[in-house]
Amino acid sequence: MSGFAQNTFNGLVSGAFYALLALGLAVIFGMLRVVNFAHGAFYMLGAFGAYVLLTEAGVPFWAALVIMPVGLGLLGMALERAVIHRLTRLDPLYNFLLTFGLTLILQDLVKLRYGVQSSPYATPSLLSGTVNFGLFDFPTYRVFILGFAVLLCVAVWWVLTRTRIGMVVRAATERPDLTRAFGIDVGRWVTPVFGFGIGLAGLAGVLAAPMRAVNPLMGADLIIVVFAVVVIGGLGSIFGSVAAGFGIGLVQAWGEAYLSNFPIVSQTIVFVVMAVVLLWRPAGLFGREEAPA
Amino acid sequence: MRRTVGVAAVSAAVVLVAGCGGGGPQSGGDQKLTGDKIVLGVLNDQSGAYSELSGKNSVTAVEMAIADFTAKYGDKAVTKDITVETADHQNKPDVANSKAQEMYDRKGVDLILDVPTSSAALKVADVAKEKKKLYFNIGAATTDLTGKSCNKYTFHYAYDTYMLANGTGKTTTEQIGKNWYILYPNYAFGQDMEKSFSTAITAAGGKVVGKDGAPFPNTSGDFSTFLLKAPTLNPKPDVLGTMQAGAELVNVVKQYNEFKLRDKGVGLAVGLMFLTDIHSLTPAALAGTTYTDAWYWNFDAKNREFADRFQQKAGTRPTFAHAANYSAALQYLEAVQAAGTDDADAVVKGLEGKTVEDVFLRNGKIRAEDHRVVHDAYLAQVKPQSEVAEPWDYVKVLKTIPAAEAFRAPSADCKL
Repeated sequence: MSGFAQNTFNGLVSGAFYALLALGLAVIFGMLRVVNFAHGAFYMLGAFGAYVLLTEAGVPFWAALVIMPVGLGLLGMALERAVIHRLTRLDPLYNFLLTFGLTLILQDLVKLRYGVQSSPYATPSLLSGTVNFGLFDFPTYRVFILGFAVLLCVAVWWVLTRTRIGMVVRAATERPDLTRAFGIDVGRWVTPVFGFGIGLAGLAGVLAAPMRAVNPLMGADLIIVVFAVVVIGGLGSIFGSVAAGFGIGLVQAWGEAYLSNFPIVSQTIVFVVMAVVLLWRPAGLFGREEAPA
Repeated sequence: MRRTVGVAAVSAAVVLVAGCGGGGPQSGGDQKLTGDKIVLGVLNDQSGAYSELSGKNSVTAVEMAIADFTAKYGDKAVTKDITVETADHQNKPDVANSKAQEMYDRKGVDLILDVPTSSAALKVADVAKEKKKLYFNIGAATTDLTGKSCNKYTFHYAYDTYMLANGTGKTTTEQIGKNWYILYPNYAFGQDMEKSFSTAITAAGGKVVGKDGAPFPNTSGDFSTFLLKAPTLNPKPDVLGTMQAGAELVNVVKQYNEFKLRDKGVGLAVGLMFLTDIHSLTPAALAGTTYTDAWYWNFDAKNREFADRFQQKAGTRPTFAHAANYSAALQYLEAVQAAGTDDADAVVKGLEGKTVEDVFLRNGKIRAEDHRVVHDAYLAQVKPQSEVAEPWDYVKVLKTIPAAEAFRAPSADCKL
């Protein structure tokens, strides 16, 4: 029983990363109709930024947790103004070329300066212990990540459903033309939303630094699963991406724990789930089929 | 790109002309070297996962060997014209294959060095055999290079999976604990390591109570399922043996520490680890971990002297792969000097059965039977942070494993 609870808990922690990344992808796609292939690179920059801040300026984890998302959010906004916004009028192929090209540039810039070897980042001392849940011990840092990610997702949900900004964003996401017809300036929300999505990726990166290998390719590895998550949740569906993020984390953890005798199954289970979901609901679990693609 | 092709074409032409001009190999008097020069080729990973443990710094090590050779022989050297060609094989067997052919055929390379990644290393062995040109493998671990894929022109220089398993598996079983849980990346290298370790552990009186192949590559970066499982096995394992490498090893160790497995009585043994891995994990994260090292820079004064010179050029301390590249290049040049020719068959004849002593090879011997280069290996343990006296001085050598025990006996699969 405690084994099952531990595996479930772990799945939710992995899921928290997927959810934060998928949430950013979903709002960006919803608002801009841009699939941001550079999302993994910004996750990597978040982790690397935390490392550089710590080693070169002595900035602790907690400060990095604020500085990196804000800094990367601003960088994202600048990028949106400089290049991304040009994509709306172009063939979707350019979307791929631009954002994937950005990924390669960012990865190689980091490689050039810091090499491919993973860089060390210690768990903040406040969170380095374990929490006793009666049934089992669990690393404090993981408990923190899960709590933090859930709070953040709830906060985003609250902003989107309970505030005027959220209403505008949701309206612009689902029916941009109609929203414009109501006299709302959709364009002015595009840049901040892109920055927000990038900021979330950066935040996930900072959170990952103490528990994952910090190297230039860390985002490239993870983003493959995140795209599967987004497709399962329904492209552009905000709730769907979060739910699918946690769901896929659970499926992976359970698969590894209980199907370890069938490595082929546990390794491919995410993509099997994706294929089944697409066959059954082509727009994803929470996607709307009539939504313009 | 166009310029490289041009240069390649010109150098190929030079090689051709030189080859024809020489006529018979004996007729040229002093013309014992093809093109009147020696070209060493370093073929390795220059941008990916293994680019720090070998990569450009392997080239630096080879250049040091050339400088030392030239300084030693001066005017008596067989030639003063010794150059290095390099290429990036990206850890891909097909790229390694075509780059090796290009090196031998068009760049006039006499010896290919390094070649990490077992699958790529085996491809290059095939090319060396076909072209009848020399190949010293340093970076790859597979025992097939001196087993079923061995050939007359291929030498395996630094380490292999048997050496790692025998050193770490046997000693850890005897000194730390008998029950093992093995975690390995589920592909050729990991499976090979798991088998070698299981054999060594059982032979030493230990027991593998559990083993799992983790997805490779592990895109989620998460190994917690396996780490949680380890302390719940019955009987409880004394040691977690991880066969992961590079960034995956970093993930396993970070999470091993997160789940405090050492406090739960599960020690850590690492299948393959380089100095650069310890640097990125920090000694604090690995303190107490045992592993087998082929060479360590701060082992004695001789190694340290080499490491100091290396650091001046490369800005970092050498891994065992760097030292082995230096040694391999130097021993090749010595063999050419002794033979007075770079003719591959003559050089092989000089190398076979030779005993060698240099900064990397201690009690070294180049076995004639299978071209395994045997030498002392070392059981190493990562120091606690408090004992690290200077940057990069991360391990203490617990024990020297004598050359005769460190490597397996020549395999019956190998027919040279």
